[in-house]
Amino acid sequence: MSEPQADNIILGFDNVSISFGAVTALTQVSFEVPEHEVVAIIGPNGAGKTTALNVINGVYQPTQGTITYKGEVRQGMRPHEAAVQGIARTFQNVALFKGMNTVDNIMTGRNLKMKSNLFMQGLYWGPAQREEIAHRQAVEKIIDFLEIEPVRKTIVGRLPFGLQKRVELGRALAAEPDILLLDEPMAGMNLEEKEDMCRFVLDVNEELGTTIVLIEHDMSIVMDISDRVIVLEYGRKISEGKPDAVRNDQKVIDAYLGVPH
Amino acid sequence: MTDSKESQAQTFPKLLRMRAKQSAGRPAMREKAYGIWQTWNWDTFAEEAFAFAGGLAQLGFTTNDKLIIIGDNRPRLYGAMVAAQALGGIPIPAYQDSAADEIQYVVEHAEARFILAEDQEQVDKALEIREKYPQVEKVIYSDPKGMRGYDPQVVVNIEDLMERGREFAKAHPGEIDAQIDKGTPADPAVILYTSGTTGKPKGVVLSHSNLMVTARNSIAFDNISANEEVLAYLPMAWVGDNTFSFAQAFVAGFCVNCPESASTVMQDLREIGPTYYFAPPRVFENLLTSVMIRMEDAGAIKRWLFHHFMAVAKRVGVSLMDGGAVSVADRLRYWLGDILIYGPLKNTLGMSRVRLAYTAGEAIGPELFDFYRSLGINLKQLYGQTEATVFITMQPDGEVRSNTVGKPPPGVKVRIEDNSEVMYTSPGVFQEYFKNPQATAETKTSDNWVHTGDAGYFDDEGHLRIIDRAKDVGKLNDGAMFAPKFLENKLKFFPEIKEVVAFGDKRDFVAAFINIDLIAVGNWAERNNISYASYQELAAHPDVYKLIQKCIQQINSDLVLDSHLASSQILRFLILHKELDADDGELTRTGKVRRRIVQEKYQGLIDALYSNQQHVDIVSEVTFEDGTKGSVSADLKILDLSRAEQQTEPLAKAS
Repeated sequence: MSEPQADNIILGFDNVSISFGAVTALTQVSFEVPEHEVVAIIGPNGAGKTTALNVINGVYQPTQGTITYKGEVRQGMRPHEAAVQGIARTFQNVALFKGMNTVDNIMTGRNLKMKSNLFMQGLYWGPAQREEIAHRQAVEKIIDFLEIEPVRKTIVGRLPFGLQKRVELGRALAAEPDILLLDEPMAGMNLEEKEDMCRFVLDVNEELGTTIVLIEHDMSIVMDISDRVIVLEYGRKISEGKPDAVRNDQKVIDAYLGVPH
Repeated sequence: MTDSKESQAQTFPKLLRMRAKQSAGRPAMREKAYGIWQTWNWDTFAEEAFAFAGGLAQLGFTTNDKLIIIGDNRPRLYGAMVAAQALGGIPIPAYQDSAADEIQYVVEHAEARFILAEDQEQVDKALEIREKYPQVEKVIYSDPKGMRGYDPQVVVNIEDLMERGREFAKAHPGEIDAQIDKGTPADPAVILYTSGTTGKPKGVVLSHSNLMVTARNSIAFDNISANEEVLAYLPMAWVGDNTFSFAQAFVAGFCVNCPESASTVMQDLREIGPTYYFAPPRVFENLLTSVMIRMEDAGAIKRWLFHHFMAVAKRVGVSLMDGGAVSVADRLRYWLGDILIYGPLKNTLGMSRVRLAYTAGEAIGPELFDFYRSLGINLKQLYGQTEATVFITMQPDGEVRSNTVGKPPPGVKVRIEDNSEVMYTSPGVFQEYFKNPQATAETKTSDNWVHTGDAGYFDDEGHLRIIDRAKDVGKLNDGAMFAPKFLENKLKFFPEIKEVVAFGDKRDFVAAFINIDLIAVGNWAERNNISYASYQELAAHPDVYKLIQKCIQQINSDLVLDSHLASSQILRFLILHKELDADDGELTRTGKVRRRIVQEKYQGLIDALYSNQQHVDIVSEVTFEDGTKGSVSADLKILDLSRAEQQTEPLAKAS
């Protein structure tokens, strides 16, 4: 956890394009994500926001352009390599193990950090036992951090949606990521749940120093919590900057914000 | 339990110093954190408390300073209470759910310079208070989560402060001990602000001796040992918590467990399995409701087992516990039920190990009370208030009733005034209302008797019954006591009766207005093929009158057994043609009857009740929800009841 230094660019997109057959999802998109900032990607439906996240964590490979991560140009990275390098994410539709409880779900986020082999874990003996205890402690800190103690042992499928999203955030945090990708973390939540989630996102950013890239539709939230906003429309970047500047950008207003909803 | 050393330690800091030596290695407090119960032994607990005292002294906290404590039940916050006392100061726990402006009144009234806030949420409140009341010098916090970017000149971490205290103790050995030695039993130990229903809260000052002597007496009364486990989950600002989780724990040396958070209390209760438990009736009611709901969802066999064995428990459980005569067959059935149902159920409720449980605060429904007792849980009632350091009366084992609050424990004297008000004197009688000599004089007589404001009487077994607020109690013309709320509450236990207004003060007998419950009576009407078009029509139906008459008769036959209330039988009643309504000013917005307004508005009906008329005409004004007014006219029947006589006893027993 180093001191925030806004100048360090952790992630850069340089003229990234990606197409699926005849459909171009991103067209020559360039932007930079400074370390320790909260960056929001906004845009109308189908603008390419989720595609952008998928490119970042290696689900899709760009057809053109380069991605720089932690100062290195990245070539054909696969999702689990992205995870190893400190990229964690949550999904638009919660993707938890619904039949497992909260602790176990968050524990899976520690998987990459476990060293002992399956056999030793099965025996729960020696180093495997010590390791399990250490990981469980890390998980308990996350549970405390996200205030989900009451549902520690509850099967995740039984939790309300807002809490499931929080558990999913917990699992992403368990990997101790450098950069956290949140795909619509507040979708489907009521106002109170949204406010809670905002506070957790800010806490993660401020206390753990994690860089956050998030997609969100609720404009008031985006404007409140982001340091920087990137606006996509039809796969192109049409604006970028501080929330206030973006809010007053005529192109953005035309494309997106001008429509009251 | 009480040995000579302990009786020498007459203040809590002295007692803790003694416990640190005598009970070293035994658990004093536990708190669940990061999923694990963390334990403070008496010696570590004392070390932290006195280190905190040293830190407080460094901040300039001195004799007579007040330390406001805001937070959930936490070992460190209990430790802070002793720390403040060690320096000759006074801890003031505040209700952690209160808004900033409510706590601000307490801070300003107590002229406090120091606030201990558990976490960020409470620190924010404290800082909000400090903006309006800058005399607050320091805000100390114990949970560092989210505590970044606060002004370090004002906001202090408790750990840092304890560290400073330890350094101070190294540089000045014996300093804190000397401070502790100065304390006397008459010193104020705590100020508890009671949320009065009228006017501003009053700060009840309790001395070390108040808390300690009452704790000692109650420990002896119930044989409380050093091996008890309690769960501290009720607010620290409440006198009960100060007694059950602080004074009694210190005196007896048992372990206090603090739940992880307010929302995990049920799980924590189950993990700890307390042996000594306190909850207001509302908590017991919610627990029962949740059990019943889950039983409805259970499979048919489980449901049958549950209902079968609960019927067994209902029949013999209570008398088994009270040592009554129970046949061998029933004992066997109960034993089987204990294995199959009661045991697992108690485990689910977290009450497997409960040896002693108390409820107080409001009347508990008899069925609810018996449900827990029939499971073998020794649930008892007590009657108390902040001004008494809790205990005024308690139920001794084997003399537990749902409708009384027990007998005065050793050391407490209770008397009933002519106006039926309950008064008491005890070692727990509070010192004063802080900075409010007028209120003190109104409540406490010069010879140390305290007005409770409650009306009650001792029944034939010598148990106190609380029936009403004293100011509402009147007298019938034959001189017998008339407690309207007591009668009304009794009648409102019937689902068919929604509201009752009873009259009787300065009258020959008691008469009442009844409001039927439209849903319950409507349901009953459907089942009995009674058709009706409106509330008014249903209310006037002769069969409905008969239904209500039966309810009242049952109450009357109960009353006749009670020598104090036999005159309060309801002899005439009518069913109102409309529901009493807040829009018409007849109820408060919280649903309580405004007796005076009802009396004025329906004077004609009251006159008719106390005449020979068999029916009465009424035209009354109603206000519709949009504010427009209309009028309703009706011809109301009045029904007479005959006075119940003693021989109806078997019927009354059955109820």
